[in-house]
Amino acid sequence: MSNGTEPANLPEASQPTAGGREYWRSLEELAGTEAFKALMGNHLPRHAAAWTSAMDRREFLKLMGASLALAGVSGCLSPAPAPPDEKIVPYVNQPEEIVPGKPLYFATAIPAEGYGRGILVESHMGRPTKVEGNPQHPASLGATDAGTQASVLGLYDPDRSRVISNAGRVATWDAFFSALNAELESQRVSQGAGLRILTETVTSPTLAAQLQEILRIFPKAKWHQFDGGAGDYAQQGARMAFGQPLETFYRLEDADVIVSLDGDFLLRSPASLRYAREFINRRRIPGTSSEANRLYMIESTFSLTGSNADHRLAISPSAIPQLATTLAARLGVQISAQQPAISPAHEKWLGALVKDLQAHRGRSAIMPGEYQPAIVHALAHAMNDALGNIGKTVFYTDPVAVNATNHAESLRELVQDLEDNAAQVLIMLGGNPAYTAPADVDFPSHLVTSNFNVHLSLYEDETSALCHWHIPQAHYLESWSDVRAYDGTVTIMQPLIAPLYGGRTAHEILAALAGQAERSSYEIVRDYWRGQSKEKNFDAAWRTALHDGFVAGSAFSPRNVKPKPAAGFDASALKERSSGAAVKAQNEPSIEVIYRPDPSVLDGRFANNGWLQELPKPLTKLTWDNAVLMSPATAAKLGITYQVGGTGGEHGTIYADVVELEYDGRRTRGPGWIVPGHADDCVTIHLGYGRRRAGRVGTNLGFNANALRTLDTLWHGTSIAIRKTGAQYALACTQFHHLMEGRDLVRAGTIDGYHKNPKFLRERESEKEAPATLYPGYKYDGYAWGMSIDVNACIGCNACVAACHAENNGPVVGKKEVLRGREMHWIRVDRYHRGDPSNPETYYQPVPCMQCENAPCELVCPVGATTHSQEGLNDMVYNRCVGTRYCSNNCPYKVRRFNFFLYSDFKTESLKLLRNPDVTVRSRGVMEKCTYCVQRINQAKIAAEKDDRAVHDGEIETACQQACPTRAIIFGNINDPQSQVSQLKAQPLSYGLLTELNTRPRTTYQAKLRNPNPEIENG
Amino acid sequence: MAQIFHPSTNTISRVTIFGGLILLIAVVTGLATINESPYITEVGVARTQPVPFSHKHHVGDDGIDCRYCHTSVEESSFAGIPPTKTCMNCHTQIWPDSPILEPVRESFRTGKSIQWTRVHNLPGFVYFNHSIHVHKGIGCVTCHGRVDRMPLMWRENTLYMDWCLECHRAPERFVRPREYVFSMEYQAPADQLALGQKLVKEYRIQKLTSCSTCHR
Amino acid sequence: MASKPPDISSDTLPVLEPGHTFASITDKISSIVLTGRTPLFWYISFGIGFLLVLLLLFCITAVVSVGIGLFGVMIPVAWGWAIVNFVWWIGIGHAGTLISAILLLLRQKWRQSINRFAEAMTLFAVACAGIFPLIHLGRPWFAYWLFPYPSTMGIQPQFRSPLVWDVFAVSTYFTVSLLFWFLGLIPDLATLRDRATRRVPRFIYGMLAMGWRGSAVHWHRYESAYLLLAGLATPLVVSVHTVVSFDFAVALVPGWHSTIFPPYFVAGAIYSGFAMVLTIAIPLRKLYGLEDFITLRHLKNMAIVMLATGMIVAYGYLMETFMAWYSGDIFEKYMMMNRMFGPYGWLYWVLILFNILIPQALWVRSLQTNPWVLFFIAIAVNIGMWLERYVIVVVSLHRDFLPSAWGMYSGTIFDYGVFVGTIGLFVALLFLFIRLLPMISIFEMRELVHEEEARSE
Repeated sequence: MSNGTEPANLPEASQPTAGGREYWRSLEELAGTEAFKALMGNHLPRHAAAWTSAMDRREFLKLMGASLALAGVSGCLSPAPAPPDEKIVPYVNQPEEIVPGKPLYFATAIPAEGYGRGILVESHMGRPTKVEGNPQHPASLGATDAGTQASVLGLYDPDRSRVISNAGRVATWDAFFSALNAELESQRVSQGAGLRILTETVTSPTLAAQLQEILRIFPKAKWHQFDGGAGDYAQQGARMAFGQPLETFYRLEDADVIVSLDGDFLLRSPASLRYAREFINRRRIPGTSSEANRLYMIESTFSLTGSNADHRLAISPSAIPQLATTLAARLGVQISAQQPAISPAHEKWLGALVKDLQAHRGRSAIMPGEYQPAIVHALAHAMNDALGNIGKTVFYTDPVAVNATNHAESLRELVQDLEDNAAQVLIMLGGNPAYTAPADVDFPSHLVTSNFNVHLSLYEDETSALCHWHIPQAHYLESWSDVRAYDGTVTIMQPLIAPLYGGRTAHEILAALAGQAERSSYEIVRDYWRGQSKEKNFDAAWRTALHDGFVAGSAFSPRNVKPKPAAGFDASALKERSSGAAVKAQNEPSIEVIYRPDPSVLDGRFANNGWLQELPKPLTKLTWDNAVLMSPATAAKLGITYQVGGTGGEHGTIYADVVELEYDGRRTRGPGWIVPGHADDCVTIHLGYGRRRAGRVGTNLGFNANALRTLDTLWHGTSIAIRKTGAQYALACTQFHHLMEGRDLVRAGTIDGYHKNPKFLRERESEKEAPATLYPGYKYDGYAWGMSIDVNACIGCNACVAACHAENNGPVVGKKEVLRGREMHWIRVDRYHRGDPSNPETYYQPVPCMQCENAPCELVCPVGATTHSQEGLNDMVYNRCVGTRYCSNNCPYKVRRFNFFLYSDFKTESLKLLRNPDVTVRSRGVMEKCTYCVQRINQAKIAAEKDDRAVHDGEIETACQQACPTRAIIFGNINDPQSQVSQLKAQPLSYGLLTELNTRPRTTYQAKLRNPNPEIENG
Repeated sequence: MAQIFHPSTNTISRVTIFGGLILLIAVVTGLATINESPYITEVGVARTQPVPFSHKHHVGDDGIDCRYCHTSVEESSFAGIPPTKTCMNCHTQIWPDSPILEPVRESFRTGKSIQWTRVHNLPGFVYFNHSIHVHKGIGCVTCHGRVDRMPLMWRENTLYMDWCLECHRAPERFVRPREYVFSMEYQAPADQLALGQKLVKEYRIQKLTSCSTCHR
Repeated sequence: MASKPPDISSDTLPVLEPGHTFASITDKISSIVLTGRTPLFWYISFGIGFLLVLLLLFCITAVVSVGIGLFGVMIPVAWGWAIVNFVWWIGIGHAGTLISAILLLLRQKWRQSINRFAEAMTLFAVACAGIFPLIHLGRPWFAYWLFPYPSTMGIQPQFRSPLVWDVFAVSTYFTVSLLFWFLGLIPDLATLRDRATRRVPRFIYGMLAMGWRGSAVHWHRYESAYLLLAGLATPLVVSVHTVVSFDFAVALVPGWHSTIFPPYFVAGAIYSGFAMVLTIAIPLRKLYGLEDFITLRHLKNMAIVMLATGMIVAYGYLMETFMAWYSGDIFEKYMMMNRMFGPYGWLYWVLILFNILIPQALWVRSLQTNPWVLFFIAIAVNIGMWLERYVIVVVSLHRDFLPSAWGMYSGTIFDYGVFVGTIGLFVALLFLFIRLLPMISIFEMRELVHEEEARSE
């Protein structure tokens, strides 16, 4: 496990493994500067053909750009002075769009588990280097999540598959096409009776049309769907309630009371970015005049959303449907199923909740979790109806996912067909079912029985290994395609760079199935939309759509529907779910198990992404591993403990007891981890680990939860057997200590308290003037940069951390180093708990460099490598640093990070393309830290100076600020009293961290305000 | 017992003591000089290029403006190296088949870029922006010297940090009116300081000596 | 052990056992150097030292070429063993100059037989100390940036940083100690020159003696120069460890940020310095049979100095604890609780045992002159003082202001390797010195004989 396989070339990592060696050799072929340019050259004819189209011409220029950039970056990245005979390689024909040294931005969308999110991609000389949200796009609103930020690394991942392979041997596209045709001949006869296509969730109209086309050509062929991370009960729920599949979305800005039934809508929803924004906008101080909203959470595992709730009920998963029924009944929904009795404690809680909901009819929302059974969804619809929320806060549209089916059933059928040898030709477009499919279907062994199977994927993964044909997939930043957002809004996805490794898109594969192997996905997508378009001038409309990043007016309009009377609901579903019918292991405490996609690597699709692996998971702050999460009480019952490691300790190594899990006779082992606030008598296991063929980074990390899962218990199983093994396992945890030790770090109050006395915070801390200092103060006649972070708005989603890493060329250090407490994040999200360990309040506090006015770091650096800038930044000069690390010792916030080894990868060519050319790539032995994205500041200042104006407020956004879904981070000029940041700092809720040290931080915070229900709070 | 030291030893020891001191000083100053010498700084060292391109001829004789080739100097950090196309604009007519221009024509034919040898080269951790310097009235000549007198390009200044700071600490000594930024002949007036102070006000030139001005 | 049972009732223990003449002293001491036969224990000790030096070189090479990450340092504990060892060695390096300079000015006769190797020890200790700040840099090859020199970067060191003060303090201290030591050697070098029989030694000692002939003029100049240097060295004894203590006192880390540090560091330094002198002197006088020159009087005096400085150190500990409580500062209070009862708590109590409790035995007069007891106590104090630095550096850092940034530190094999390596370097240098130079000042012992006679008349 601990072979963290660091990309950073540590001594341990430097011995190349077998895979590693192979990788180097092929890397020479593909990304050695000369060879790479040659590769680019090979693409020219294809694109030269489509010369007439503006889009393809631009793409062509990208290629040239990239080849130029390759020559460029190699020099400009080296931290030492460049060699005397460095070459300059100009264009032969310079494209008019490109001004060397200036980035371009292109709009596209990222298909996040099938659903689109609008993004703008920064491109330096044809190299996509950074992803930002598209402010116009409904699902983004300018924000991004961590996965989106890290997707650029995925693009340049040197472990991506590079060649079409047939049974392990390198093959060509033509060879594949002819082989495919041969198979299809026989299928034509049988009308495709043996043809099966397996996809993940599909929202792409073009792909849908293509699939329909295939099914028209092969009427007897079948299209299956299985998505490792998708809970598909929502559609069943809709069918149950409305008799038809419907997509639900909520307008949280109009909701005063929100009840989530195990729904992690702030993190895991196609609209999570929007929901987060709307949810927080109603709690922001100073905010809308309307009253703040209140979030009730009923859940088992401690989710990000749960940690942001005002009231949280942690109950075992099987109890949630029961509670939902009771709640529904109390809200006047007629239910056939008799209501189970509930404990008095819950009784009181529920009473208050019902009262609160009744008081906010039409201004509330009941949100069922995606992994809750259909009945809960149906009940939620009924409750929203009973509360008159439909059409006000809750809306229904046609399903966005095309032909949404029950994935579990779909997979079951497919496996059945494979078993009966009914499925002879299997085309898998993306996905990794050999890994993600639950153990009981035993997909791998069935897969190999088919006589012709194809796997299109980014990596040669577990599934590819078992397939006759593996086709490298084009990354979404390399592909022409289209995708729908949660509300149906379409984005035409355009490539930022030609496929680095000659990848293909699903469109091209399906075209090949339809006998048109030569069609490029550009043609396919464009032709589809030409067909759809009613515009007279299609080209103009097409350009607009590409430019804006979405097709205007393509969102589905809400449907006016009303749920059937709840009495009609199939309550058996409820029974079956709640009475733990599964095999019960004898003389073991009855423990339920919950499976969830990992917050970082989801179902394992991002397993090889070092940025995401090293991203501390929101609540546990674990990196590089998954664990068996359980409540303190459950841990005590099972005798699970932990031990703080001697090296790293609370900021690095925690030795956790390894437990053995048994379910249905299948076993696996994993470290147990205690999560305050987790429901008792159940454990949560995150998927996406235990990969065997993920790549250098993701292989053999953590343990594979799929080994326990069955189709019937995809997301929740009853009575799993857990045994303590006595072994211990080192987990890399970046913040184990979760108490504030009575220190005034995160200041909190209630919204009522604030409205009664807005100054309560200032009064609480005895107002004392800043202590004297020997050093004279600084004068700022120009700008003085400052930041305000709203702890009240921070939901702890980690987007800022990932964005900062991407913007500032942050290195990945690997598990070994994180265990020692040497991770390199410039901004971290501190997580603190307060109150009852069984159900604590949780506080998140993002901590970047405070840019102190009296900076302790500055005066202890012997060489002046960190100094006070004329605009009040604590500049960090990497090339002057000798590495005494004195500054870090003297930094009370411990935000400085040190390159103990050569963490940055200076070797891998493809990763050089990833770098932000405006930020130095740090070498070994130097200190580094946040500088408020000074590269962005300088660019904005230069731009402003050139048209003789001042930088206006909001013109500069730091990377963390830009990514933040809730706009919790505001940056600006504090010399300008009108600027947003100055306004915020003037707020009574504004406070500084550790100001008693007289550091006078430039980064200040806005206190956290909870909005508890008095009835529950004072009882 | 016999004397082991001849009286001359006294002199020798004195010489060694003082000689040692002198030698030490000599070595230190010597190293410093080498560090400032063209051997290290490449100042005044003409670099060979794939095509012996003469700024003297193109700028001095033909009077082509800097911006004709270095197109992005006013808008980007990077002044821009002309694409082969730019050369061919003229050289399809002028000397279309001169042998020394063969590499240019070849590049245009094959689409493979010409690989020029870099003359002005800053370390990777220095972020210099041409456009803002040009905008603030720093002449090309101020840093690059009289390129109109350079048959082959060479480095006019050391590009050492202290050289940059000369100007960043006292811009008034070097700034010139914007209209003369691209002029080769412009001579600083006798009262440069007076003019400089005036321009510094007019162009709102700050004395940017923060580290992050150039290092990020 | 001493030849006759010591009369410990009064302070009349001699600084030189009676019955010695100029010749006997000169013979005794110079013979150690000029003998053709090197004793076996010398080979063994030097051999061990030399092997450890090789280990040191290996570790340094590894750390410099692979990265400082080979050490255990991390965030938040960015200083570890290396700095602990640095402070420890510098501390040890204090006794020499103190004995030579201050005791000289105070006309303490008993210094004369121990000053020579005490000074040598000082030099070697400082040399060992000097290694650490260097190799513990992230980029040691740029260490020269800490010196002010005309650079093409147009910038200078940042003089507000205590590390820059360190550079000057330590290098000055080393230079002055070296001069002082060498000056003291000159007359003896001349003696060796004259007594050496083979040509090469005579030549080398001759060169080093710089033509010393012992004329009245020489002696006159010598005495004044020596006195001047002593005056120059005296403030250094105080300044060096004061500056070293600034490395911590100037920072705002709870447990570092304390005004008591300078005096308490200096006292601690002298404490550990004398401990080390005893650790060396006691075996040496035995091995080379120098009981007559390094008498129980010396041991007794050194024991008393240790006791005194030890009490000052104890006061320091007491004050730190009191201030933590009295300040009412939440961070200071937590720091002290954590220091005593936190994960590293046991270290603190071991240090109290070794530094404070065990040395209390020195109140017992009989023990003050018992070499074995003294040797044991000296070793205990050496360890205790190392632990003290570890507690100050590491335990203060590992839990400072933000609980979210708390972490645990532990050294690695390379940390241990470098430390043991420097001890090896110290031993090796010491034995080279013993073999090649008179470890006791011959001419100053002669003075003692003279005074003895004067007294007996």
